Amino acid sequence: MEPSDWLQLIFYLAALGLLTKPLGLLLFAVLDGGGIRPMERILKPLETLTWRLIGIDPRKEQSWFGYTKSLLVFSLIGAILTGLMLRAQGALPLNPQHFPGLSDHLAFNTAASYVTNTNWQSYGGESSLSHLSQMVGLTYHNFTSAAVGMATAAALVRGITRNSTHTIGNFWGDIVRITFYILLPACLGFSLLLVSQGVIQNFDPCTHAKTVEGRQQIIAQGPVASQAAIKILGSNGGGFMRANAAHPFENPTPLCNFLQMLAIPLMGSGLTYYLGRMTGNQAHGWAVWTAMIVLFVAGTVACASFEAAGNPIHHQLGIARADGNLEGKEVRFGIFGSTLFATVTAAASCGAVNCMHDSFTPAGGLVPLFLIDLGEVVIGGAGAGLYGMLVFVILTVFIAGLMVGRTPEYLGKKIQAREIKLVMISLLIPAGTILVFTALACVSRWGRDGLGNAGPHGLTEILYAYSSAVGNNGSSFAGLRTNAPAYNVTLGLAMLTGRFLVLVPILAIAGSLAAKQAAPLHAGTFPVDGPTFTVLLLGTILLVGALSFFPALALGPVVEHFLMHHGALF
Amino acid sequence: MKTIPDLILPALRATLVLGLITCGIYPLMVTGMAQLFFPDKAHGSLISDRDGTVRGSALLGQDFTSPTRFHPRPSAAGTGYDAANSGGSNLGPTSQALRDRLRERVVTYRARNRLPADTEVPADAVTASGSGLDPHISIRNASLQAQRVADARQIPIARVRRLIETHTESPALRVLGEPGVNVLKLNLALDALP
Repeated sequence: MEPSDWLQLIFYLAALGLLTKPLGLLLFAVLDGGGIRPMERILKPLETLTWRLIGIDPRKEQSWFGYTKSLLVFSLIGAILTGLMLRAQGALPLNPQHFPGLSDHLAFNTAASYVTNTNWQSYGGESSLSHLSQMVGLTYHNFTSAAVGMATAAALVRGITRNSTHTIGNFWGDIVRITFYILLPACLGFSLLLVSQGVIQNFDPCTHAKTVEGRQQIIAQGPVASQAAIKILGSNGGGFMRANAAHPFENPTPLCNFLQMLAIPLMGSGLTYYLGRMTGNQAHGWAVWTAMIVLFVAGTVACASFEAAGNPIHHQLGIARADGNLEGKEVRFGIFGSTLFATVTAAASCGAVNCMHDSFTPAGGLVPLFLIDLGEVVIGGAGAGLYGMLVFVILTVFIAGLMVGRTPEYLGKKIQAREIKLVMISLLIPAGTILVFTALACVSRWGRDGLGNAGPHGLTEILYAYSSAVGNNGSSFAGLRTNAPAYNVTLGLAMLTGRFLVLVPILAIAGSLAAKQAAPLHAGTFPVDGPTFTVLLLGTILLVGALSFFPALALGPVVEHFLMHHGALF
Repeated sequence: MKTIPDLILPALRATLVLGLITCGIYPLMVTGMAQLFFPDKAHGSLISDRDGTVRGSALLGQDFTSPTRFHPRPSAAGTGYDAANSGGSNLGPTSQALRDRLRERVVTYRARNRLPADTEVPADAVTASGSGLDPHISIRNASLQAQRVADARQIPIARVRRLIETHTESPALRVLGEPGVNVLKLNLALDALP
């Protein structure tokens, strides 16, 4: 990494750190405090009207079971409506290019993809979806799936902090307030910032340009900025254009790139402050944040270094070694602006890309893959990152308790068999799903038919696809052609599993912890702040991630790294 | 005891209300404000000539093959610089197909610009970008093409170099991103030379 790259990284981390506290305070005020007065004054009438229309009293608290039920029904209805809209797109308005409806399996895959905050794109963006499908069918989920994730995180934190109760908040109250008071204002401001940089926002049909040398260039248009703002802030990642944030209409300038990279982990970062504020232990919030940032920085430095070192096979052809690996990357972002984006998008479960991960060097591509496989807890998606991380926190406390021979306690709450069983379910199901589906695709005809690259790189393509689906990330090694029935169905199932079979045990943990009475702190209580805790937490995350995925990673990117240095080609 | 409609109706109503706000009011507000404050950018920073024909977008690369103009990076979007079908090659580091393409492009680049056989070719000159619409080339790539362009136009190379300099976009706030030369703008400036 060059000195200017280090400067960019420091600049970036400082900006993220500075924004964490204000955002955490805003989250606290909106979700568990009295709100922020000027905002309430403007938005309260809209909120009141919404409650009247929905017919819900948001002050009525729900048990974990009631909360989960509301969440699942709400998600199911949204997914079905989106699936139907995509299926019928050809007959619906705002379709200036006259795109036909999607096939059943593609509509299923896309609906599952958006309701789970994944935004896996088996479809081709500007070349297959109408403005209506993008703006209503997909953008709707960009808001609500982010709100659902953040609501779940808030519910879990409430479970941790409340005593001897059976309620963890009201689902409808949480998602509506998150949408109105956090996501919408943030997106309005952010999309204007994007347009000021050159991101497009219109409802025009394609522009037919006659290029300087007299060829025809058809330029796709559409409401990009409004969708890009929420895809970034809601950690969704699904771009309007096929090339996502690599497309100059979606990410035109280096400054725009920086702002997008900053906005991706914003919600996840702010939620750690919210955790500290809620538990009355701000140092705990920062200890969790530090663990995330340590892994993130390590990933960034590794990825940037391997991409800057480039590919010896290509250097031998006479391509400048100093330029690094530029295949699939934009000149305006350069190596560092591309690899930092790749690391952020993988770490924060966003999935927007400003460069093509499939063309990374093997070790450079290993970084985003491994960050996804750690369970999307390194910052993680909006809400999903915090609740995923808290699962590791509970596991860390449990292991630490066993090591010193005391009943494990987390912030005074006893961690018992029920919680640990639920923790194990939420850790093992995703890892198992990734590995089983990857193995299945590798030994199946349909799996290999989709490959864009041969050799170990092909295995990485498949592993990345299922990791991204289960981790609800959405980025891909895009050479893999997944718009085929078997891929669309298995990836759709993987996304639903990775979202809901994790979310339900976590809400159950929330209910179980809420019912307990916190014991007063005593000399034997394991402190959940300070460097000892952070190191133990990091150890737990790396151990679980490494043990689950090392064999698969060894056969994919690791072996390809050595083969590349021996000049092997496939 | 809750009945099924009790469970579904609030969810259905919430979907409609949130849908109306996030997919109706929100994008329309953004569109309205974008048209008001940045009308040109909101429509794609299009470049038109005197009679109103759109010649391209300042943000998007387009194909150039004439020796009198600077050439952009190779493109994997559609059949090349297809602005309705963006994307990269997605070929991996150990791909035979990618190596073959690069080898051919390196040879072509040196021959076209009459460079000695041991010239290190800039990576951006032979690799495809992620979008397939990259509007920029590196400064070194532009300088290596300068002589050819000057010869083909029969103008002094110093004039070409000056144009490259004025069309180099430097990193934002000095550290963000990399400098690059906007090929379309540079070529339009070349064509406008008296």
